[in-house]
Amino acid sequence: MSELLDLPWHEAQAQASPRELVDASLRAIETRDESVHAFLHVNADARGDGMPLAIKDNIVTTDMPTTCGSRILSNFTSPFDATAIARLRANGASFVGKTNLDEFAMGSSTEHSAFGPTRNPWDLSRVPGGSSGGSAAAVAARMVPAALGSETGGSVRQPAAFCGVVGLKPTYGRISRSGLVAFASSLDQIGIVTKTVRECAELLGVIAGADPLDSTSSTQPVDDYAADLASGVRGLRFGVVREAVERLEGEVRANFDEALNVLRGGGAIIEDARVPAISYAIAIYYIVANAEASANLSRFDGVRFGHRSERSKTLDDLYFHSRGEGFGAEVKRRIMLGTFALSSGYYDAYYGRAQAVRATLRGQFADAFARFDFLLTPTTPEPAFKIGAKTDDPLSMYLSDIFTAPANLVGIPAIAVPSGFSAEGLPLSLQLMAPHFGERALFRAAAFFERETEYWKRKPR
Amino acid sequence: MPGKWEAVIGLEVHARLLTSTKIFCGCSPAFGAPPNTHVCPICLGYPGSLPVLNRKAVELAVRMGLATDCEVHPRSVFARKNYFYPDLPKGYQISQFDRPIATNGRIGDVRIRRIHMEEDAGKLMHHGDGSLVDLNRAGTPLVEIVTEPDLANADDAVAYLTRLRQVLMYTGACDGNMEEGSLRCDANVSVRREGEELGTRTETKNLNSFRYVGRAIEHEIERQIAVLERGGKIDQETRLYDVATGETRVMRSKEEAHDYRYFPDPDLLTLDVEPSQIEEIRRALPELPAPRAARYQRDFGLSVKDAEALVVTKALAEYYEAVAAEAANAKAAANWVRNEVLRVLNEEKVELEEYRVTPSMLARLIKLIDSGAIGGKSAKEIFDDMSQSGEAPETIVERKGLSQISDPSAIREAAERVITANAAQVEQYRGGKQQVFGFLVGQLMKETRGKAKAELANAVLRELLDR
Repeated sequence: MSELLDLPWHEAQAQASPRELVDASLRAIETRDESVHAFLHVNADARGDGMPLAIKDNIVTTDMPTTCGSRILSNFTSPFDATAIARLRANGASFVGKTNLDEFAMGSSTEHSAFGPTRNPWDLSRVPGGSSGGSAAAVAARMVPAALGSETGGSVRQPAAFCGVVGLKPTYGRISRSGLVAFASSLDQIGIVTKTVRECAELLGVIAGADPLDSTSSTQPVDDYAADLASGVRGLRFGVVREAVERLEGEVRANFDEALNVLRGGGAIIEDARVPAISYAIAIYYIVANAEASANLSRFDGVRFGHRSERSKTLDDLYFHSRGEGFGAEVKRRIMLGTFALSSGYYDAYYGRAQAVRATLRGQFADAFARFDFLLTPTTPEPAFKIGAKTDDPLSMYLSDIFTAPANLVGIPAIAVPSGFSAEGLPLSLQLMAPHFGERALFRAAAFFERETEYWKRKPR
Repeated sequence: MPGKWEAVIGLEVHARLLTSTKIFCGCSPAFGAPPNTHVCPICLGYPGSLPVLNRKAVELAVRMGLATDCEVHPRSVFARKNYFYPDLPKGYQISQFDRPIATNGRIGDVRIRRIHMEEDAGKLMHHGDGSLVDLNRAGTPLVEIVTEPDLANADDAVAYLTRLRQVLMYTGACDGNMEEGSLRCDANVSVRREGEELGTRTETKNLNSFRYVGRAIEHEIERQIAVLERGGKIDQETRLYDVATGETRVMRSKEEAHDYRYFPDPDLLTLDVEPSQIEEIRRALPELPAPRAARYQRDFGLSVKDAEALVVTKALAEYYEAVAAEAANAKAAANWVRNEVLRVLNEEKVELEEYRVTPSMLARLIKLIDSGAIGGKSAKEIFDDMSQSGEAPETIVERKGLSQISDPSAIREAAERVITANAAQVEQYRGGKQQVFGFLVGQLMKETRGKAKAELANAVLRELLDR
């Protein structure tokens, strides 16, 4: 019965009732999640007449807890639904569970969850990527047809790449952030993980659009995202981001070149593009993201909700102990880095400078998009790494986001599509970026690539 | 010989904007509700909630900016001011920092440095060994109005605050209610010898009545002078005024000062106000108290004191102008409004809006006096009656039979009756005893039950007696 979930959603729907599909999802979770640990919470009473979905546990839901993978919210249930959740509910979706993540979405491996790591379904000794590792693993292991994740610097695309599934980061403002627990407000965006491009396009159509609860949501009309899926890439112009790929080696390089050939085969025009400031992207990202995070996480103070330390006798104790006990090491590291970057006397040198370079980067992307419809890089510089391989080396962990963070800094949409496998059988991934609100074109090109390669049909053992 | 001491004072006033919802959510900002009943996920800072700006608050802030002759900026920026306190749900206050909505204005001779918008915090209530948090107030829209250090003493400060409060109320930006915390003041005070460099300043916080502002400033000036004369030095610190002792004490030293780590709030777009909207708001501004008081002196010949007393609130000024216009007697209108209307409102604790005596009723009363139909003493009585009964002055005159007799033939008949009834006194008068005239007038007034118009009564009586 659970083979139903191997099918693209529109085929599965034709073969079974909504109830049967939700049951298939719940049974798959029951049998497979023990080894993968993609879920922090499973909703055995999931109902609805639409798609069974898994939700990253930093998107608030009224019928399940929202922990953000943190001890500080281990008993927290939100009094309101995220706008994306409300729109999916209205569309009949069934929420089968909440998925694991790096604490407050801070990480690239899902090892920084307070509730234990998620394992990569392709190789259980490896990470699924992060921070939306639970969502990517749940889709890869065919436990759900689709999942919501969240993006700040690649947190949907990088795990999608590591798990061999499709991951979309929409344009900043395309999906309301209301109900997405903030990490870095100027970068955060809800993202979508699916097996195939079509599922992704259809889901975006449901949750995208202006929201009175989020001033940064865009009033740009919602597109018919699946309209051009069959249109191919003939005559479309793809720029290869030279600064990003010039130092690539080995199988990631070979796989990327192969992907370019697939696009060429469809009549795409492929040329070099230059985005020199992209080499600063990681530095800018970790200043801006952590600065914003240092303020966004101040509300977890033990006063109104979440963990409150029993040891507190004074107000200062209450803050120190509640936050000290509630937050994990990576979150504390980022709060400290961000606090420093905003401090009097350092603001101009760090936060101010980072925002200035961010503006330069935005300008260079705009220039590149004057010549190209899409920009291309691999999604990640390497396939999934071993659990524990980078936990002691934050900087090398941070470099996992090197190709994905620029899209968040600039606010453009980007999609990760499976592009093959390494010699060890680990998924590899191609990233396509488009100008602001270019999602429809992005799906068109990604769907062409998917049709030509059909990597989505392979699944983990 | 060292110069005389002088004080340099600047004020920061927080004024609550009169909106029907909070600045970033739909909750009511009404004062006095049971604790934590006017709250929602947004003003409680719940995970995933986002602020959405209340445009009415922006309009009121723009009005204040224009009413204080500020430059109102078409683009300003909200920033996060980071600090931890249990009354601050998000761990940061959304405020404006380097790009406030208005700058560079003035009220009278006092320059306004800036006006910025921000959200209020909640309230802590201390109970024995614990504290409780009430977040009803959290997210209430405020403007902070900051002066240049242009004030020299407590009286200046109170005069500035009085005018500022009037302007806030005229524009409808704030209800000016200090008991409910709609206006709160912090005072920056330093002292120096005449002609010397500026001294180190202290900030005294949370002064919630004009009286406390005055006392706190006086105390702080005296304290600083005393410290300096002893050869000590002033520390740049934050102080708190203690109502009980009338003194200020240290709340936070410079070393304990916060680093607020301001940065633009990425949850909010830049605050853009169309220049055309600014102009529209400017056009809709009411005439403000200072120009209005000047006009009353110029056009109505009122004294400074009368004019200022009448412009205290917009409602009173408008009431006065309506009375003056209909009565066609601006000075009489000023006296009646200033002395009688305000007395009754004060005694009976009624608002002008609910007051029974409409401007037209008072104006008609003044006209009855001016036409000689009633006398001054009766007018007072009629006025008090109007205040109680709400009836028209003409009705009351009728009901009480208070109309003066100004018909000479009616008075003559009455006088003849008095002369007949008091033959002995008339004899004395005619014999040269002039004092008896007063007695006879009294008798005549009695005969007319006090309604005879005095001059007329005198003239008629004298004419009959001297015949």
